[in-house]
Amino acid sequence: MKTRHLFTAILALAGLALGTTGAQAQLTINGAGATFPNPLYSKWFDAYRKVDPSVQINYQAIGSGGGQKQISEQTVDFGASDGPMSDESLAKAQGGKLLHLPTVAGAVVITFNVTGVSNLKLDGPTIANIFLGKVTNWNDAAIAAQNKGVKLPDQDISVVHRSDGSGTSYIFTDYLSAVSPDWKSKVGKNTSVSWPAGLGAKGNEGVSGQIKQTPGSIGYVELIYALQNKLPYADVKNADGEYVKASLDSVTAALATATIPDDFRFSMVNAPGKTAYPISGVTWLLVYAQQKDAAKGKKLVEFLKWAYQDGEGMAKTLDYSPLPDTVRSKVVERIGTIKF
Amino acid sequence: MSDPKQMRPASRARDAVFQWFCFLMACGVLVLIVLVGYVLWGGSADVFRKFGWKFLTGSDWDPNTGSFGALPFIFGTLVSSLLALAIAAPLAISTAIYLTELAPHRLRQPLVFMIEMLSAIPSVIYGLWAIFIMLPWLSQSVFPLLRHSLGALPKSIPLFHHEIPTPALLFSGPTGAGYSMLSGAIIIAVMILPIITSVSREILRSVPDLQREAAYGLGATRWEVTRIAVLSYAKKGLFGAMILGLGRALGETMAVTMVIGNTPRISPSLFSPGYTLASVIANEFAEATSDDYLHALVAIGLVLMAVTVVVNLCAQLILKLSGTEVGAVR
Repeated sequence: MKTRHLFTAILALAGLALGTTGAQAQLTINGAGATFPNPLYSKWFDAYRKVDPSVQINYQAIGSGGGQKQISEQTVDFGASDGPMSDESLAKAQGGKLLHLPTVAGAVVITFNVTGVSNLKLDGPTIANIFLGKVTNWNDAAIAAQNKGVKLPDQDISVVHRSDGSGTSYIFTDYLSAVSPDWKSKVGKNTSVSWPAGLGAKGNEGVSGQIKQTPGSIGYVELIYALQNKLPYADVKNADGEYVKASLDSVTAALATATIPDDFRFSMVNAPGKTAYPISGVTWLLVYAQQKDAAKGKKLVEFLKWAYQDGEGMAKTLDYSPLPDTVRSKVVERIGTIKF
Repeated sequence: MSDPKQMRPASRARDAVFQWFCFLMACGVLVLIVLVGYVLWGGSADVFRKFGWKFLTGSDWDPNTGSFGALPFIFGTLVSSLLALAIAAPLAISTAIYLTELAPHRLRQPLVFMIEMLSAIPSVIYGLWAIFIMLPWLSQSVFPLLRHSLGALPKSIPLFHHEIPTPALLFSGPTGAGYSMLSGAIIIAVMILPIITSVSREILRSVPDLQREAAYGLGATRWEVTRIAVLSYAKKGLFGAMILGLGRALGETMAVTMVIGNTPRISPSLFSPGYTLASVIANEFAEATSDDYLHALVAIGLVLMAVTVVVNLCAQLILKLSGTEVGAVR
């Protein structure tokens, strides 16, 4: 009895294997990199299987570092990164010219736990000074001046930052470098930096957990995480002097006014515009301008065109900010130049 | 025992195959260690060439300026692991003694089962438990108590015109929300408890009953029997169990990362945050983009391996030095 069951199971499996391979020679495109856009990319690849069943796209969210390394060494067909590649790393890419294609933008919000305070307004220099360990008490004049009418307690500020390397930290330190010369010279921007103050917690959940438990604490998390977990976050003063709440729209507004160079390696922190939220950044796909494998290259380009045409529409449902049309059309144009 | 020459040729061949098979498997372990070392060395040679000893003695870790010093991580790994062992070893060995010598037979099996279940809990679950239950308790009750009792003692005593720091220094400074070296050590202690207990229990069980009976025959009390007949007989093995636990502690990553505070700083206070070698790799490897940065993290891996080897060698040495004494008691 048992053996017969086993036999049928094997037959069924064999049939399954035949069915999938027999239908059509399936093309597999491999990608690897950033974790931040992974939920969106997974959705894209899933949806695209229905558009073109002959292509299977595998994406491994191994982190931006791994993404950059693997596309440089051509072990994957496309990479993904939350930070732009440096000129030095680009020169080392083995497959020639690498294109940066921005897909969606994300924002970083300042979340806090101060007893009796639900709304907080902060400007860039104050945030920088808090994270530099220079502003150490909630009743500091710099905070009080921006929050008239809010009763700030006489309490030490505990700073919480990410301990794991992440695109979130990159965007945040990129912003602090843009608004504070002190931060720029002492700390700088990167996925991990040498933090002058505070404690490190792992992941968005680690940071928000630590903040929830520590009265008087402040930290930063991804906007998506704050929205989905209903965390309080501060309004941040933008380049035009307005206090703006982070939202999908205020991030897209920042994208629309950011200065975008020809190679798309741009930073959109502190972008001008009344409604622009200042702490935000895009995430990129990394694709070679000259594809090595003609068949794969053709399919990859087809997919990319679909992603910018139809895929961008899915971004908002997952709380990512889509590209404004002006930027999107420029990227689509660039995709048209990819050779295979 | 039959003489191999008289065996049938078939079984002799089978014996040879068996012997070679086991030999190859044993070699495999050796090859694996050598390969791991080789790969780590290959990935980190650049860093050691560039920084030399400074990589081990420097305490600045800044990927942006490209300066990498591993000292705070080495310090954090050693302190948290040794402290964890100091907490776990007495608990584990007492538990093992209770289980083999004192507990009623009906209670033994369920207790053993529960202890072994502790080792089946995934690391990340320990971490979450620590964040939500252990840390609030530690930071609200235990740490303030330690700080106001032990921490209130004089921090240094004058001796021969020098100020000698006292252990009170360990329990001074702000306690914050509990993310600290001590919390890291406590969670490691919980995690290495089952392995030390299990191994210790096996060792105590292997003490021949003759040994105990002889002691009872001389009129020894229960405590005396345990101390003289059992513990001194099993001393070496129990030490080995502790070393096994220490090995686990040195490499423990996830739960520690979640509670230790991840700050590369060397501070005498156990209430201040720390950082371990394993944690920094887990934290930063995925998003490390520059070559130097990546190599530095691989080098941290090599240092962790070296620390583990050195600690084990030290343990062997201690065992050897105390060997004569153990023999004498026996």
